[in-house]
Amino acid sequence: MSRLRAALLLIAVGLLGSGCSTVSSITSIEPWVKPYEREKLADPIMQFQRTALNEKHREHIHQVREGARGATGVQGGGCGCN
Amino acid sequence: MRALLGSLLAGTGAAHAATLPEDKAEALYHSYDGGGVKATGPALLVRKSLADKVSLSAQYYVDAVSNASIDVVTTASPFKETRKAWEFGIDSVVRDTTLSASMSRSKEPDYLADSASFDVAHEVFGGMTTVSLGYTRSADDVGQKGTPGYFDKANHWQYRGGLTQILTSKWLMSLNAEAVSDSGYLGSPYRVARVFGAAIPERNPRTRTSRAVKLRTIYDSSALLPRSSIRAEYRRYWDTWDIKANTFEFGGSQYVGESFLVDAFLRLYSQNKALFYSDNAQSETTYITRNRQLSTFKSTSFGGKVTWTYPRAPKGYDVKFIGAYERKSFKFSDFTDLRTGNAFSYNADVLQLMVSAAF
Repeated sequence: MSRLRAALLLIAVGLLGSGCSTVSSITSIEPWVKPYEREKLADPIMQFQRTALNEKHREHIHQVREGARGATGVQGGGCGCN
Repeated sequence: MRALLGSLLAGTGAAHAATLPEDKAEALYHSYDGGGVKATGPALLVRKSLADKVSLSAQYYVDAVSNASIDVVTTASPFKETRKAWEFGIDSVVRDTTLSASMSRSKEPDYLADSASFDVAHEVFGGMTTVSLGYTRSADDVGQKGTPGYFDKANHWQYRGGLTQILTSKWLMSLNAEAVSDSGYLGSPYRVARVFGAAIPERNPRTRTSRAVKLRTIYDSSALLPRSSIRAEYRRYWDTWDIKANTFEFGGSQYVGESFLVDAFLRLYSQNKALFYSDNAQSETTYITRNRQLSTFKSTSFGGKVTWTYPRAPKGYDVKFIGAYERKSFKFSDFTDLRTGNAFSYNADVLQLMVSAAF
């Protein structure tokens, strides 16, 4: 934990030390993919999950059969099983 | 375009990004068959928006389980039981923010689980970035067949965050992290452990905290193969029971003709055992389990999905029929099949048949 705090402090000091130029160069970045260039991204084949029920069933199988859980990207509640 | 992007991000786990989810109804028949366990049932989902202000959803899920797993056949009698789950949700959009809340109840003859979830997703950076935060609180009542009422409780707290980033006009990436804390009865009253070859009730710690981080990316590969995409995922998991797990998943999607969409995927999962797991303990310890879900094992699966868009659907309706099949293979390193004396392994088949109508 103390290492994490030290690292965060170092980052904060670094940002302050490098002055406003770093901050302003970060904030001056413009969105580089314009809305009219996102047509392909809106296609169903570019979705990680297309149908909620299918994904929920798969997720339930993994929760029941495996030790790991969480960070699945499937929204919502717990397993509700023993 | 904004609505399209919203629906795109709705499936990323980063929630709905500034547009309400579309109205739809889904009906699923699901089946899991492997290792002596067969779980089948229907699942239904209905979603409807009201005055373009909120979107309401309701889900119903049934698992009819016939259990003759290795645990059951070596230490108890096969049994059948049914789990039913309901979930009600509400979503609302305020400028670039989507707010979602849901409540669920899952009921088995010997287990009752209630949960409430709240998620917020906010679109920033000209719609190129979506950040999300979520929280779920669950409370379970744990019972045992043959004993009236419930004998213990379990509580769960889930905290999650996500970031979905458009990298280029063909490339998306998302990062999800989740911490889960559990407190209470975290085992099964039916499961037994082995100590010096003798069967004793398992004893699990009453607390557990886990962390998981998942990185996903998806790329439009139409330049290589017309109308296709490829994706990759990696999840790292670790918890206070000393389980560490890695999950890799690779997949591809391809349109075939005007009406078909074909998906294929490969999933590789591996984990090491919990600190207090033992196949046959040679010393007395405070905690002991022989739950193979907490042992060292690998699971490999591959599968495919075919989506057919019904070409004669009424105007304004999008009707799809979906069939998916997955073959899973489990190989355990330190869980002995007591019937043969060999390391245990089994295969499972997962089948999903679904109809989905958006309107």
